[in-house]
Amino acid sequence: MDAILLQILNGLDKGSAYALIALGLTLIFGTLGVVNFAHGALFMVGAFVAVTVQRLFNWSFETVDPTKTDFLGNPAKVKTPYVESWFGPEVGAAMIDWSVPLAILFAIPIMIVVGFVMERGLIKHFYKRPHADQILVTFGLAIVVQEIVKAYYGANPIPTPAPDVFKGSFDFGPLLGLDTSLAYPYWRLVYFGFSAAIIGAVFAFLQFTTFGLVVRAGMADRETVGLLGINIDKKFTIMFGIAAAVAGLAGVMYAPINSPNYHMGMDFLVLSFVVVVVGGMGSLPGAVLAGFMLGILESIASMNVIKELIPGIDQIIIYVVAILILLTRPRGLMGRKGVMED
Amino acid sequence: MFGLNKKDTTLFIIVAAMTLLAPFILNPFPTDSALAQFNAGYPDLMQRFVIFGILAIGFNILFGLTGYLSFGHAAFLGVGSYSAVWMFKLLSMNIIPAIILSVIIAGLFALVIGYVSLRRSGIYFSILTLAFAQMSFNLAYSVLTPITNGETGLQITLDDPRVLGVSVAENGNPPVTNLFGLEMRETFTLDLGAWAFQFNIGFYVCALIMLAAFYVSVRIFRSPFGLMLRAVKSNQHRMNYTGLSTRPYTLAAFVISGMYAGLAGGLMASMDPLAGAERMQWTASGEIVLMTILGGAGTLLGPVLGAGFIKYFENIFSKINDNILHTWFAIMPDGLEDLLVTIVHPFVGKGWHLTLGLLFMLVVTFLPGGLVEGGQRIAKALSRKKKDEPKTPDASE
Repeated sequence: MDAILLQILNGLDKGSAYALIALGLTLIFGTLGVVNFAHGALFMVGAFVAVTVQRLFNWSFETVDPTKTDFLGNPAKVKTPYVESWFGPEVGAAMIDWSVPLAILFAIPIMIVVGFVMERGLIKHFYKRPHADQILVTFGLAIVVQEIVKAYYGANPIPTPAPDVFKGSFDFGPLLGLDTSLAYPYWRLVYFGFSAAIIGAVFAFLQFTTFGLVVRAGMADRETVGLLGINIDKKFTIMFGIAAAVAGLAGVMYAPINSPNYHMGMDFLVLSFVVVVVGGMGSLPGAVLAGFMLGILESIASMNVIKELIPGIDQIIIYVVAILILLTRPRGLMGRKGVMED
Repeated sequence: MFGLNKKDTTLFIIVAAMTLLAPFILNPFPTDSALAQFNAGYPDLMQRFVIFGILAIGFNILFGLTGYLSFGHAAFLGVGSYSAVWMFKLLSMNIIPAIILSVIIAGLFALVIGYVSLRRSGIYFSILTLAFAQMSFNLAYSVLTPITNGETGLQITLDDPRVLGVSVAENGNPPVTNLFGLEMRETFTLDLGAWAFQFNIGFYVCALIMLAAFYVSVRIFRSPFGLMLRAVKSNQHRMNYTGLSTRPYTLAAFVISGMYAGLAGGLMASMDPLAGAERMQWTASGEIVLMTILGGAGTLLGPVLGAGFIKYFENIFSKINDNILHTWFAIMPDGLEDLLVTIVHPFVGKGWHLTLGLLFMLVVTFLPGGLVEGGQRIAKALSRKKKDEPKTPDASE
């Protein structure tokens, strides 16, 4: 029992990442009707914002410290990060330590701008083109973004540690009244909480603001909203920026869990698409539900008991579920009628 | 000729001539000249041209005619390669049984995957094929290791139980792939002055098979079956309303196109008896799509052109390094030279994929018909100019 619980917990963080990316994909799809294969690249860019911020904060200058000597007896050079000399050693050290959470502040404007540029510069021209063209052009864009990141940061994963406070793990055992211990890393707990907050914020934004009301109306019937004299295109562009920011934030916070490398976006993209389709194209709750469901299923399938029963199931469970769902429930779990049907 | 109309016959003869004379055409620069790096007339690369040509021709039968965008075609390529290598290991080093088996196995795979995936269309079809391909890739890497040899890849070893033929050749190495004794890797070099032309047996075997594949695809394009597939692309609902079930047609197209991919995979293994799971990854499927689109989906010649184009530039671009760039821009003043090298640097060598991605975006955005459409537009513009010329005095009057 506790083994299953642990796997459910393990599935939550992957599921959160899937849910966040799928949420962004669905936002773009539901508003603009565009199938965005470059969404994984946005996730990756987010993770590299975290890498960059960490590097910037660690950027240091060298001074000679006369009181210390190195092992040859020469005066030792001491590296001092700029942030420590500007804000004082304590604040500076804290900033370096907390660089990943701080990267969120940088990531939001960067990702929104990236989203705007992408939508205005490229995707705008593809609204009227077939879905195949949209897939292809965004696929090309994803390759380009990926290669640019590779050219600057190299092909190897870059470790991006979380703040020291979150090192170690939390023991769920006593909390749930079990005798065995159930250790779970703190940062994953933070990740889950963070993504739950983001998902909540997106839903609240759509549900309780006038802007969200207009966007939802536009998703349901774009033409009529346009006839009411509302510039729906402008609102949808903003939604694209928000979707990009959601993917970027998912990436920033994911950096400590998996060291970012240039193809992490592609790896997540394929799965996120499966998630979107399973959840039902154009359905936001469906995307979130399917994200968590598939993340948890993947974790459970990787348990040894199950792997012995059906060898290799952990590798393919997501795809098997996707195929089954698509064949039995063509609209996905919570798909709306009339969206992407042929 | 061969049941083709005059236009198609001309096209076929041009393609045949280009393919068979490829060792000359692709080798225009003398061996010692500075431009020799742009030569593509060596066996390995020429084989890849025609093999990927087959792959793209097959993909075009599905995507070009029916409009179903499959993102999992690399799976058939991988399956074909694995079956061919197994045939080499167990039966004989002759490539004929290996290729036959790889086509059959890939066809069966396509039948199963197609039967399930073709229940949906549009984006759902793409995702389903993608899911199947990723599944095959993951399985090949993990539980199917006894069959696929996992990450190492399946290859010929010295203790293969070969029924027809020997496990170890006389020189102590594993035997090489052949066609009734003709070794695939054998190459004749013809020295003509400063030029050295290479004629490789393997290339010519692949080239003949590609011509056959091209011929079959021309026949499919011109047949009532091909017409039916085009009708599916233009309006499937209307087809259904007229009482026609389109499923058998699309499934047939899917299986044929899967068999083409299996053939390409089998040939790939015949040229170099090695099969790895990375051939099945979805980026490989993406590459097939790229080739077809770049050349021109739905046209006869497009896919072959696209495959040749991508493979040529992949090879040439990835070989260009900073030293070569410096020699190119050597005539410029120093500062300008360094600047140009810095600008060009990210796009060549290891950055080839960046160029590919950009090129791809440009083609999809501005030239949805691919290179073939580009050629047609240029031809049209030229002929219009000629027609316009006599008219210009009229207009001025």
